[in-house]
Amino acid sequence: MLEVRDITKIYNPGTQTEQRLFDHFSLTVEEGQFVAIVGSNGSGKTSLLNIICGSIPIEGGDVLVGGQSISKLKDYQRYATMGRVYQDPAAGTCPNLTMLENLSLADNKGKSYGLGRGINKKRIDFYREQLSSLGLGLEDKLDVRMGALSGGQRQAVALLMATMTPLKFLILDEHTAALDPKTAETIMVLTDKVVREKGLTAMMVTHNLRYAVEYGDRILMMNRGRVVLDRAGAEKAATSMDDILAMFNKISLETGN
Amino acid sequence: MDVMELLTSTLIQGLIYALISYGVYITYSILDFPDLGVDGTFPLGAAVTAVLMTKGVNAWLTLPISLVVGGLAGLFTGLVHVKLKVRNLLAGIITMTALFSVNLQIAGSNLTIDRGTDTIFTSAPVMALLGDLSLSGRKLIVSLALVIVVKLLLDAYFHTKSGLLLRAVGDNATLVTTLAKDRGTVKILGLVISNALVAFGGCIVCHETRSFSATMGTGQLVYGLAAVIIGVSLMHFYTGTRLARGLRKSKALRFLGSPQGTTAVVLGSVLYKLCIQVAMSMGLPTNMMKLITAALFLLVLVLSGRKGEAIIHA
Repeated sequence: MLEVRDITKIYNPGTQTEQRLFDHFSLTVEEGQFVAIVGSNGSGKTSLLNIICGSIPIEGGDVLVGGQSISKLKDYQRYATMGRVYQDPAAGTCPNLTMLENLSLADNKGKSYGLGRGINKKRIDFYREQLSSLGLGLEDKLDVRMGALSGGQRQAVALLMATMTPLKFLILDEHTAALDPKTAETIMVLTDKVVREKGLTAMMVTHNLRYAVEYGDRILMMNRGRVVLDRAGAEKAATSMDDILAMFNKISLETGN
Repeated sequence: MDVMELLTSTLIQGLIYALISYGVYITYSILDFPDLGVDGTFPLGAAVTAVLMTKGVNAWLTLPISLVVGGLAGLFTGLVHVKLKVRNLLAGIITMTALFSVNLQIAGSNLTIDRGTDTIFTSAPVMALLGDLSLSGRKLIVSLALVIVVKLLLDAYFHTKSGLLLRAVGDNATLVTTLAKDRGTVKILGLVISNALVAFGGCIVCHETRSFSATMGTGQLVYGLAAVIIGVSLMHFYTGTRLARGLRKSKALRFLGSPQGTTAVVLGSVLYKLCIQVAMSMGLPTNMMKLITAALFLLVLVLSGRKGEAIIHA
């Protein structure tokens, strides 16, 4: 489904602060797999997501979706089949537009943004239904400015917006990190529901080891641009929180974090 | 000049300059793009209009032409910013500086349209409808009509899919990217619309004053910004009042309780013109006008507590 092939990523090339993060790094993600990625700061988790999404350039290698190279595509072109939820709850929605306007924008993804009415009134019932399934009481707040909602509510709507139109791939970039524990839990449960219901292929970067163990079909632990642990299927099922934590502590000591 | 006459002329000016302020509203408030190109696009509209008028082109035809020419100037700023990756402030400065020469090339020199040539305010259709009124009466009605028509068109546009995307790009450009749309293209579109309106304003000013001068653009961005910030700040204040909240509860009066950004801009423009007029009528020489404009702008910034931020939406 998704293949990162032989990539090299160097930060600040040719300067004193030059840092080679990925050196011929490869990774394959299978269709329908929910991959949880953990690792300490600077291990390359978020860089990997940014490389897949085309947000940062690479010095070598290729990114393929369904066997087709997407390396030549601009970032916005890649999002035609991808969705992304960011760490910052403000990043996934427009604070000065109403929730209805936000949802309408997302609902139109993949079609042209012409001079037709911005809001399709026929879809309002559908939006209400979707919002009420979040269980956050948002269905009555369609006319509220997005910026007036709480971080958790915004993140829930951002998740809804990112997965509203058909997509092949969902990127979750520490999307529960900025939320309080209870809200984070709610968002994580919602995420799992959406991913399972739609059968999405997903990659989730998280600092929460429990979420990784509990929700991922496959766990990757990264360190200094390499995968140091990769477990899926029965092997993953046999992996406990303690195993992951022990491994995490070991690499943290090695890297001096 | 008696007070009534002074007020009418201030109102006319305030309305005409509202057209420019609409443009500034789009770039500054919606796109979060301080477009200094305005100081060049405004006289561009006037230069094109003055030349066409002296060549005997129909007065009304200068309106669509200045819109197109202004749009091209916006396209240039947009391409410089998006394709050549020049910072927004600098992209505007490049356009502004280049246009100074372009405007003089177009007009040849400062131009005056002679009394024998019909402007839109003395054109046959206007005379047929409003012939009984004085010249300033006609100016007032015609500029009010133009301001309202443009306002309604803009409000309608802001609620189309394209308009929503335009508002989204200034609010959260990342979201536009994840919607699989090129944020650069959307910004360029916004700059085209904005500069088209600014040149359109320049065109109407040229009709009103029957003249073009190469330096008439100086300080236009500041004027537009002041108008936008005054209008938007007052609107924020108003929407928080009990009256506005009460009006919003009623379905029929809802529109009175939550005014559009464009309405705020028109109000801001008229008020700002009035402030400048009042300051000038205290006997200051005309040379002091820009100083007054700048001082009042500073005052507005400090009083509104915005100091440069005015991101609100239609």
